[in-house]
Amino acid sequence: MNVVSNPPGDELNPADVKALEVLKAGIAATPELKVGLGVSIAMALVMAVGRMIIPIAIQQILDKGIDNGDPNWGFVLTTCAIAAVAMVAFSVLNRFTYMRLMVTAENVIFGLRTRAFSHVHKLSVANHNESRRGVMVARVTSDIETLAQFASWGAVSWIVNLTIIVVAVGVIALYSWQLAILTVLVLIPIIPILKTVQRRQLQSYDALRSRVSDTLSEISETVMGIRVIRAYADAPAARGRLHAAIDRQYRAQLKARFFFAIMFPISDVFSGLTLAAIVGVGVWWGPGWGLQAGTLIAVVFLANMVVQPVAEIGEVLDQTQTALAGWRKVLNLLDEPIDVVEPVPGLELPSGALSVSAVGVKFEYEPGHPVLHGIDLQLAAGVNAAIVGETGSGKTSFAKLLARLADPTEGHIFFDGMDLRDVSHDSRARSVRLVAQDGFLFETTILENVRFGRPEASDEDVRNAFASLDLDWWVESLPEGLATEVGERGDALSVGERQLVALARAQLADPGLLILDEATSAVDPETERALSHALAKLSEGRTTVSIAHRLSTAEAADLVIVVDDGRIVQIGTHQELVALGGVYGRLYESWIGNTRAA
Amino acid sequence: MTALSHSSEAPPEDEIPQASDSHLDEQAGSPTRQGVALIARFVRMHPSSFFMSLLGGVSWALLVVGATYILGRITDEVIEPAFDGGVSASTVWLAVAAMFVVALLRGLSVGIRRWFGSLTETRSQATLRTEVTDRLLVMPMSSYRRHPTGELLANADVDITTGTQLLMPLPFSVGVIALAAVSLVSLFTADPSFALVALVLFPALAFLSRYYTNKVNGPAAQVQARLGQVSSIAHESFDGALVVKTLGREGDEDLRFQAASNQLRTERLVVANMTSVFQPLIDLLPNLGIIALLLVGSWQVDHGEATVGQLVQAVALFGWLAFPMRIVGFMFESMPRSVVSVKRVDALLAEPIDPAAQTPALSNEDSVGADQTAEPVAELLPKGPLAVEVNGVSFEYGGTAVLSGLTFTAAAGETVALVGSTGSGRSTLTNLMMRLDEPSAGQILLGGVPITQLNPDELRSAVSVAFQESFLFASTIASNVSMGRDLTQEQLDDALDRSRAKKFVAKLPMAQDTVLGERGVTLSGGQRQRVALARALAREPRVLLLDDATSAVDPVIEAEILGGLRTSDTTMLIVAHRLSTILLADKIVHLEDGRIRSEGTHEELLADPEYAALVRAYESEETREHDQHFAEDPDAGLAK
Repeated sequence: MNVVSNPPGDELNPADVKALEVLKAGIAATPELKVGLGVSIAMALVMAVGRMIIPIAIQQILDKGIDNGDPNWGFVLTTCAIAAVAMVAFSVLNRFTYMRLMVTAENVIFGLRTRAFSHVHKLSVANHNESRRGVMVARVTSDIETLAQFASWGAVSWIVNLTIIVVAVGVIALYSWQLAILTVLVLIPIIPILKTVQRRQLQSYDALRSRVSDTLSEISETVMGIRVIRAYADAPAARGRLHAAIDRQYRAQLKARFFFAIMFPISDVFSGLTLAAIVGVGVWWGPGWGLQAGTLIAVVFLANMVVQPVAEIGEVLDQTQTALAGWRKVLNLLDEPIDVVEPVPGLELPSGALSVSAVGVKFEYEPGHPVLHGIDLQLAAGVNAAIVGETGSGKTSFAKLLARLADPTEGHIFFDGMDLRDVSHDSRARSVRLVAQDGFLFETTILENVRFGRPEASDEDVRNAFASLDLDWWVESLPEGLATEVGERGDALSVGERQLVALARAQLADPGLLILDEATSAVDPETERALSHALAKLSEGRTTVSIAHRLSTAEAADLVIVVDDGRIVQIGTHQELVALGGVYGRLYESWIGNTRAA
Repeated sequence: MTALSHSSEAPPEDEIPQASDSHLDEQAGSPTRQGVALIARFVRMHPSSFFMSLLGGVSWALLVVGATYILGRITDEVIEPAFDGGVSASTVWLAVAAMFVVALLRGLSVGIRRWFGSLTETRSQATLRTEVTDRLLVMPMSSYRRHPTGELLANADVDITTGTQLLMPLPFSVGVIALAAVSLVSLFTADPSFALVALVLFPALAFLSRYYTNKVNGPAAQVQARLGQVSSIAHESFDGALVVKTLGREGDEDLRFQAASNQLRTERLVVANMTSVFQPLIDLLPNLGIIALLLVGSWQVDHGEATVGQLVQAVALFGWLAFPMRIVGFMFESMPRSVVSVKRVDALLAEPIDPAAQTPALSNEDSVGADQTAEPVAELLPKGPLAVEVNGVSFEYGGTAVLSGLTFTAAAGETVALVGSTGSGRSTLTNLMMRLDEPSAGQILLGGVPITQLNPDELRSAVSVAFQESFLFASTIASNVSMGRDLTQEQLDDALDRSRAKKFVAKLPMAQDTVLGERGVTLSGGQRQRVALARALAREPRVLLLDDATSAVDPVIEAEILGGLRTSDTTMLIVAHRLSTILLADKIVHLEDGRIRSEGTHEELLADPEYAALVRAYESEETREHDQHFAEDPDAGLAK
C-alpha cells in the first residue's frame, strides 16, 4: 500500500557518512582509480598554472609595458603573443586532462557497477523479497549514478578548484607574501560557515525527500482506493489528508531552498571582503613593500581566482556527500559475504533420476529463528513426492535447500550419495531444476526463454520439448508460435501459461530432480488441465518434489510429506494418511466437509 | 558539463534542468511561443514572487557591472595615485567600503533571485498539485479507467516538477541577458573600441555554445536511453534471480550487464570527448578577448583615449562572460519539456466532474467550475431495511453494452445472489448502486426513491459495499474500519467479530491499532477482505452489497460469515461465485452477457441446464480454491 516508501535497509543518511573512511575503503576496492591518476593530477596542476596567465599578463603590461608614459610596444606585443600562445597550449592540455579524468572515472564506474551486479547474483536468493530486490537494483543504478554525476562535475571541480586555489595563493605570494597571508586569513572563516550551511541543507533535503514520498503515497492511496473513498463518502477527509501532505512538502521544500539560496551569497560576501581588504592594505602599505600598481591589480584578479573556487566547492559539497553515501552503499554490498560457496571443481551428478536424502537438516534465515528443526528424509530415485503444510510450516524453505538457494545451517543433503555442497555449479544447474510458482520469464521470445534451459539446444529441440509434454497445440494457438514475445517479466502470458513455458524449459534441460512450487493463483480450467497433464509427463522418469497447494496434487503423488512447524509430522500415501487422521486428516476433513456443505 | 575551468558562477544543479529523454512535441507549433505562454500562466499564478526573482536577476546584472566599474574607478583614483605619491586615508576607506558594499549587494541579489525563484516554483508546484488531487477526488470512474494509475501518479508528481522547472533558470537567464546588454553599454561608455571587441566575442561565444549544445544533444539522449537499458537489465535480472540461479545463468547475466554497461561507458565518453573539445574553447574565447583588450587598451591608454582603470574594468567584465551565456541555452532547452509536461497535467485537469462524487462537503469549498446538473434534492429514505428496485438499467463501456435493460427487485430484508460467468456484468451493478458510475439508461430505486435524487452522502450512509479487491489504507485497522466515523469500541469489536476478523486482529502487534504496511505488517488476501467487510458492517447499513467480497476467504470461514449476516434484517445483494453462498440467498438472479437469463430460487433455476452447468463450474472451482486451507496467504511463495 505504501507504494513509494524507502525500501527498508536503504536508509543511509548522507550527513552521517565519514568522507575519509569511504575514500580509504573505496580506493582499496577500486583498482581502476589508481591507473594513471598521478599523471592526470600532474596535468591538472600544470593546467591550474595556465589559469594564472591572464593576471600575470595584466601585471606585466601595466607595470612594464605602458607605465611611466613611455610605452614599450615591443614588450606589449611580445607579452600578448606569448600569453595567447600559452593559453591555446593550455586549452589543448585542458582537453586531454579532462578526457583522462573522464576515462578514469568511467572505468571506475564500469568496474564498480559490474562487480556489484555480479556480486548480487552470487548472494543467496533464499531471503530475497521485493524490497530487497529494489535495493539491489538501486545499488547498480541510482547509487552508482550518484558517483557518475559526481565524476563528471563534482570530482573535476574538486581537483581543478583545489589546484587553482593553491597555485593562485602561490603566485600571490610571489608578488607579495603579505597579501597572500591576508587572502588566506580573510577566507578561512568561510570554511566552517559553508560546512554548517551545507550540513543544514543536506538535512533539509533529506526531510524533503521523505515529505515527497509521503505525498506520493497519499496520492497513490487516493487513486487506488478511490472506489472505497467514494463509496464511504470519505472524499472530504481524503482531501484534507492530501492538502496537508502537499502543504508539508511545500514547507519542507522551501526550507531546503532557503539554504540553497543563501549558499552563494555567503561566498560572494567573502569575495567582496577579500578584494576590499587587498585593495585597502595594498594601497596603504603596498608602496612601502615595494609593490607596483599593476602588481596590486594582478593580485586582485588572482584573489578573485581563489575566492571563486572556494564558492564552487561549496556548491558541490552536497553532491560530494551524496556521492560518498552512494559509494558507501555499493561498498557495503560488495562486502556482503557470499554464503553459498561453489566447490571448485566440484562433483558431477550422474544423469537420470536422482535419489534424495536429507540428514538432520536445520535451517534459519536469522540466527535464533529456526524454520526447519531437523529434517530426515529418504526419497528413492524416480519417486513423485508432494510436500504439504500450512504457510510458515517450512515446506518452501526445504525446497529452497534442495535447489541450493541456501545451505542448511546444520545437517546435509545428499543426491545419489553426494553432498550437495560438493556438487559443481554447472552440474547442479543441469540436473536439479526448480520451477517457481511465479513463472518468471525474460523479456524475449518463448523460444529463447525455453532455450535458457539448455543453451546449446536447437529450435527443433525446443519444439520437441513442448511436443513431449503434449503442449504443441498451445504453442500453435499463440499468434507467433515460439517466436511470440512474452513481454516484461512474461506479463504478456497468464500465470498458468508462464508455468507451461517453465515446464518446457525444465523438460529441455532433462533434470534428474524436479522441484516444483505449485502456483496458488487461479488458472483457467483449460490451462489447468494442460498444466497437470504436462506435469505428469514431465515427472516421468525423474524424482519430483512438489510443494503442493492443491489436494489433487497430493492425491496423485507416490508419497505425501506433511510438514508442520519445521518438522516432518507424517509421511505416507494419500490413502494411508487419510486413514491415519492427524494433521493431514484434518486438512482433508475440512476440505471434504466444505464441498459437502455446498 | 564542467570542463577544467572555473567560471564566475557555477550552474548549481537546481538551476540546470537535467537532461531527460522526454520527447518534444514537434508538431505543436513554436515551442518557444508555447513556453512563453506557460511562463505567463505561472506568472499570473504567483506574480509577486516571480517579479521579485526577476528583480534579483536584473539587479545582479547591474551590480556585476557596477562592481567592475568601481574597480576601474578605484584603479584610476586610488591605486594609481597611491603608487604615484599617496592618497588620503579617507579615500582608501571609501574605496574599501564601496568594494565591500557592492559585493554584499551582489550576493544579496543572487539570494533574492534564488529565494523568490524557489518560492515561485514551489508555490506553483503546490498549486498545480492541489488542483490535480482535487480533480482526482471528483472525476468520474470512467476517467480512472482511461488512465493507468502510474500515469495519474506521474501527473501529480514528475509532470508538475518538470513543468515548473523552468521557473528557476528563467530569472537567471533574464539576468544574464541584462548583463550582456549592460556590459555592452558600460564598455561603450568606457571606450567604444572595448565594446567592439565584445561585439566580436559575444556572437562567437553564442555560436559556439549553440553549436556545442546541438552537437551534444543526440549523444546525451543516447546516454539516457542506455542508462534506461542498464537499469532494466538489472531489474529483470534481479527480479528473476531465482530463475537465473536455478538455470545457472549467473555468468551469462554478468556478460549481458557488462555489455550494456560498457556501451554506456563508451557513449558517456563520446559526450565527454565533445565537452573536452568545446569547453576549453568556450573558456578560451573570453581569455583571447582579454588579450585583444590588453592590446587595444594599451594603445588607447597610451593615446589618452582611455584610462588604466577603464581597461581594468573591461578586463574584469570579460571575466564574467565565459559561463553565464550557457544558462540561457539551458532554459530554452528545458522549455519544450516543461510545455509537454504541463500539457499532460492540463489533460487531467480537463477531466469532467462527476456530480455524485461532488458531495456537499466538497462542493461548498472552491469547486472548480463544477458542471453540476440539477442540484440533487435531498430526500429522506424510509426507516428500516430498504427495498432495491433495478429498473431497465443499461450500462455501456468502451462502446459495448455491459448491462442491457436489467430489471429485478430485492424486497426489504431479502438476500439476492447475482450469479453469472466472468464478464456478465455482475460487478458493474454494485458500481451503479453506489453511483460510482451512472447507468446509460434506466434507474435504480432505493426504498422507492431514485438514487439520483438522493444526496450522495445519504445514499452512502444507507448502503455499504465491500469490493473484491479489498483496498485498505496504510493506517490502523481501527481507522480502516471506521473510515472517519466515530465508532464506539463495541461497534468496532462487533463489526470485526461479524466479519470473523477479530481473532487475527487481536494477534497483531498492536491489535486494532496496528498500522498496516508498517514494520512488515501485511495481511493475507483473505484477511484483508475480512477487514474490508468489517468496514462495510460497521456502518450498520440498511443495504449491503458484497461484490465477491469474500473470494479469498477460506470457504468454511466464508460460510460462517455469510450465515451470520443472513440473520440480520439487512437487504443484501451478493455477487457470488460459490455454491455455499448461492444457497444462502432467497432469490438468485442469473446474468448472462449483461442480461437477466433467469430469476428464482436455486431449485427453480436448476431446471435450466446453463445454470446447472454454471453451478457445476463453481463446484469444481471450489475444489481448486481449497488451497486456501494449505496456504491461506497467496503471497507466500518461493520467489518472494
